[in-house]
Amino acid sequence: MKKLHLEMTVNGKPVDVLAEPRALLIHVLREDLGLTGPHIGCETSHCGACTIDLNGKSVKSCTMFAAQANGATITTIEGIAGPDGMHVLQSSFREHHGLQCGYCTPGMITRAYRLLQENPNPTEEEVRFGMAGNLCRCTGYQNIVKAILHAANEMQSKEAAE
Amino acid sequence: MIPAAFEYHRPQGLPEALHLLTEHGDGARALAGGHSLIPVMKLRMSAISHLVDLQDIADLRGITVGSTIRIGAMTTQAELINHAGLATAAPILREAALQIADPQVRNLGTVGGNVANGDPANDMPGLMQCLDATFTLAGPKGSREVRARDFYESAYVTARAEDELLVAISFAAPAGGYAYEKQKRKIGDYATAAAAVQLQASGGRVTQASIAMTNLSDTPVYSAAAGAALVRTACDQSAIKAAVAAMLGDINPVADNRGPVDFKRHVAGIILGRAITRAFSRT
Ligand SMILES: Cc1cc2nc3c(=O)[nH]c(=O)nc-3n(C[C@H](O)[C@H](O)[C@H](O)COP(=O)(O)OP(=O)(O)OC[C@H]3O[C@@H](n4cnc5c(N)ncnc54)[C@H](O)[C@@H]3O)c2cc1C
Ligand code: FES
Ligand code: FES
Repeated sequence: MKKLHLEMTVNGKPVDVLAEPRALLIHVLREDLGLTGPHIGCETSHCGACTIDLNGKSVKSCTMFAAQANGATITTIEGIAGPDGMHVLQSSFREHHGLQCGYCTPGMITRAYRLLQENPNPTEEEVRFGMAGNLCRCTGYQNIVKAILHAANEMQSKEAAE
Repeated sequence: MIPAAFEYHRPQGLPEALHLLTEHGDGARALAGGHSLIPVMKLRMSAISHLVDLQDIADLRGITVGSTIRIGAMTTQAELINHAGLATAAPILREAALQIADPQVRNLGTVGGNVANGDPANDMPGLMQCLDATFTLAGPKGSREVRARDFYESAYVTARAEDELLVAISFAAPAGGYAYEKQKRKIGDYATAAAAVQLQASGGRVTQASIAMTNLSDTPVYSAAAGAALVRTACDQSAIKAAVAAMLGDINPVADNRGPVDFKRHVAGIILGRAITRAFSRT
């Protein structure tokens, strides 16, 4: 099948790539663009390890063709940290033991990043509901929820200080 | 898990999309949010040679709220949940949509894809039967309307012809109390059983009731008999029991990994009882 010429903005940079119509977005990100942060856990849209931010929304990139993302603006875990180092969510996950093996972490943080844009001051229940598309086999979720709530707090007080 | 090869199209308008479906016949398929279709393609259970991505078609988008509510087929579950006017005018939609899948899936999955898919496990078909919604279909010979209650023939077989697209869903703004109650194995799962109930009452008595069930037959089940069993009652335990008995006469579940038939019938009864109670408490 003829390859398609796709153009996207990924982590702030314009990229173009040739991909077969059947190429899944996660494969193009990982194999063609070298962005191995988003993981493949299940490849069946259940685990959320492949979560990316697409046009300001969290999506599972294993259940999308790269062609559907032609023209889109994408942020992956590689684009979450700022010029001064780790994002508050990243340091909060480290501080609160929000990870063990780390396999789910890129998806968790990328989803949490968008969740806190949508709802900067969530309750614990809202965090759990908002993170329901991301599975973790290690932590039992307790510390992930804690890390996200702590990050929300920190981001709020930072904003208030500015 | 890589699907078989196909050609990708992204038409900019409805006529172009319809033309592509006609031109490529059997091998062509519409792509909405892809969250039912892509998993099937990965399993290579579907032979598709041309995929017609509907994302750029403006005619398939938008929500209008008035005495009639109209929802464009390409409206995502997330857009539906976040629409303030809709949450006020038809709160049962939001209550149901929040019980579908998870945030990421709801960001791409569309209302149109959910009802057009024809999977008896989808939540929106039963809901639309409860609301007595009408589906607008566009085809090469023009457009036509089909009631949700007449749309589903058997699993994955609907009244929509292969060269037609679902354009929008419309229904009269519902009145009275409502509930969408769903039993699932875990958050994000399809229903073991789900019930959509919309009812009106006056002076403590039910004047009108509409009930539809999900994932308990090879199609959604609108149970006119269950609704009728509630009318003119005070919605007490015996009325609810009669409605549940009527509903059980209309469903036909099969055993699968969500449980044996007896269990599903039991769950269906419990879920409908809860839904009726909640809907009545909201009248
Ligand atoms: C992990 C997971 C959990 C899920 N849980 C639930 C759940 O609990 N409840 C539930 O209801 N669903 C659930 N779903 C399914 C999800 O809601 C799908 O998004 C939905 O069923 C299909 O909508 P779509 O926009 O993704 O359609 P697609 O997958 O793109 O299309 C589905 C079918 O409909 C056809 N189609 C789509 N749009 C049109 C149109 N406008 N005109 C004609 N044909 C059209 C397509 O050709 C295809 O055959 C789940 C999915 C996943 C991945
Ligand atoms: S790899 Fe995409 S959801 Fe699991
Ligand atoms: S830390 Fe191991 S899967 Fe989440």
